[in-house]
Amino acid sequence: MRRTLSVLVENEPAVLSRVAGLFSGRGFNIESLNVAPTLDRNVSLMTIQTDGDEQIVEQIIKQLRKLITVIKVVDMNEVNCVEREMVLLKVNATEDFRAEILRIVDIFRCKVVDVSPTELCLEATGDSSKLDALIKLLQRFGIKEIARTGVVAMRRGT
Amino acid sequence: MKLNGAQILLESLKQEEVDTIFGFPGGSVIGLYHELSNYSFHHYLVRHEQGGVHAADGYARASGKPGVVFVTSGPGATNTVTGIATAFMDSVPLVIFTGQVPTPLIGNDAFQEVDIVGISRPCTKHNYLVKDIKDLAKVVKEAFYISRSGRPGPVLVDLPKDVLAAEYEFSYPKKAHLRSYNPNYDPNTKQVRKAVELITKAQRPLIFAGGGVVTSNAHEELTWLARELQIPVTTSMMGLGSFPGNDDLWLGMLGMHGTYAANMAVYHTDLMISVGVRFDDRATGKLETFAPEAKLIHIDIDPTSIRKNVNVDIPIVADCRRALQALRKELTSTLQQENLAENFASWRGRVKGWSEEYPLSYKPSENSIKPQEVVEKLYELTKGEAIITTEVGQNQMWAAQHYLYHKPRTWISSGGLGTMGYGFPAAIGAQIAYPDSLVVDIAGDGSIQMNIQEMATAVCYGLPVKIIVLNNTYLGMVRQWQDLFYDKNYCATCMEKRPDFVKLAEAYGAEGYFVDNPKDIDAVLKKALESKNTVIVDVAVEKEENVYPMVPAGAGLNQMLLV
Repeated sequence: MRRTLSVLVENEPAVLSRVAGLFSGRGFNIESLNVAPTLDRNVSLMTIQTDGDEQIVEQIIKQLRKLITVIKVVDMNEVNCVEREMVLLKVNATEDFRAEILRIVDIFRCKVVDVSPTELCLEATGDSSKLDALIKLLQRFGIKEIARTGVVAMRRGT
Repeated sequence: MKLNGAQILLESLKQEEVDTIFGFPGGSVIGLYHELSNYSFHHYLVRHEQGGVHAADGYARASGKPGVVFVTSGPGATNTVTGIATAFMDSVPLVIFTGQVPTPLIGNDAFQEVDIVGISRPCTKHNYLVKDIKDLAKVVKEAFYISRSGRPGPVLVDLPKDVLAAEYEFSYPKKAHLRSYNPNYDPNTKQVRKAVELITKAQRPLIFAGGGVVTSNAHEELTWLARELQIPVTTSMMGLGSFPGNDDLWLGMLGMHGTYAANMAVYHTDLMISVGVRFDDRATGKLETFAPEAKLIHIDIDPTSIRKNVNVDIPIVADCRRALQALRKELTSTLQQENLAENFASWRGRVKGWSEEYPLSYKPSENSIKPQEVVEKLYELTKGEAIITTEVGQNQMWAAQHYLYHKPRTWISSGGLGTMGYGFPAAIGAQIAYPDSLVVDIAGDGSIQMNIQEMATAVCYGLPVKIIVLNNTYLGMVRQWQDLFYDKNYCATCMEKRPDFVKLAEAYGAEGYFVDNPKDIDAVLKKALESKNTVIVDVAVEKEENVYPMVPAGAGLNQMLLV
């Protein structure tokens, strides 16, 4: 089962390798990983998507907590949360298909961020399944490049 | 007053009440050694950095104090890795200081540069690269705090040469402030109450103790629990000594080479009180048939140990000692109303039956020395009072089975990592911690050659360590597996060209004895144990003797090969 973990860590040089090394060394899976500083520059937030049954996820969370530089781990599947991911896509867009692509852009509420005679560069945000659906729809036109951020998540207000 | 980095480090060690250091100098730490000569630390110059870390580890296990190591950068640092991983697996507190090339050179593939922080990351509890002299004292404080507290473990501190030379005002922090690290020592009272409930309902309880009992000095509390309730006790290999091996309730070790009684008790128990264990595969055998009828109480300070391998009914995340104290308190009122010990009488009878049915045994021979008999003889002669270290393999298993450990910290062996070459340097460390104790390394001819260079260290410092080599001219444990599971194909396990260990001992300035006649073993051992010198006793033992009982890898604990 896919799980999203929010991991607050000390913002210091080796911290990413400690977390990434923990996953690889123990055979845990990373689906996506996103890191950036929080408002406190000394603290970074990592959002990690992982896969595993309950016992494995429990181990992952405990092992993360055991790392000295990890401050807090929240299993976002246990709380009511919003999850979002962003993708940049460069799609083949010759004149024949341009109108259709733009319709899809409209439906998915994407943005066109760059245009050239034969390509469109699109930006889309949403949960992972929405982005997957968008990508699937655009594939028949030919996706030349893709960059996904990985999921970020936030607890909803109470 | 301003001090340089080397002085700051040494002053910090004084603050941590360190008096013993194991080390080996080199280019990056010459400055540190230059300052060291002005201090009164006992520095033991080893002959190989791996030996140095094992010695610090043996010192730490015997004394309970953290072991301290100095090495240089590059190969000095990489040579410590096996020692660090050994200590990490067995939760031994060590603080390892490695030299590093000057900060401006880091990342440039400089001479003797290696990313030891990267290399040691998965086998340390935590590690540091000190890039700024301002951080040095704080890092040392944190390193010792992390190493000792919670589930102990090795911490590595990498020290660039320019940081050791830079100057800064010295002030040692009183406390380490780590917002993200707060080990929990006190048990949850609710959980303790639930545990007591299970104990009162049990018919066939079994105590399973591990290294955590030794580490947290909980042996008295454990012994009280067992004796008061008359519950039989088994331990993992790491737990040997946490309960007196000469007590009636003692079943012997469980697991792959555990006793028949211990493994059968695990199979039939209805309540396993497990304390300071992590359910390693060598202890549990096939998990599906491990304690299949039992409810499980699991006390451990490390939350990751809980539910890692087995499902637990009552987890108690706490220091073993405090948890057992809380259990005792909670049990007292119950015991006033009910004689629990009586409830378990028929179970004790059954367990005793298993002990009598298949005790640990071997066939003595008039023509050749049996390794088991050497260990038994050693137990007799030392009255169980010696500190025993071991190498890894058959020697280790015979030492675990046939010597009875009366007290904690008298059994020192590489459990988790299974490091050949561990026992002898560890014996050196234990001897330094306890100069007046008899320290014996039970070795094999394979393992002893992995850190034999430390003979020079032992002799140099006049350490009367005794090495008993159970010499079968084989890598015996691998040969045993080849014998049982690989068609007797003794590939690469035969070590026929035996070195002359007597001459070798003499070459190092130690004493050496050779014995191959069963009649002489008593006299030779006596002579060796009485000697004030470092001694090697080379015992030619029965070559193809196997360790039994044995649970084949992947089988259940109830499926033992008995002979």
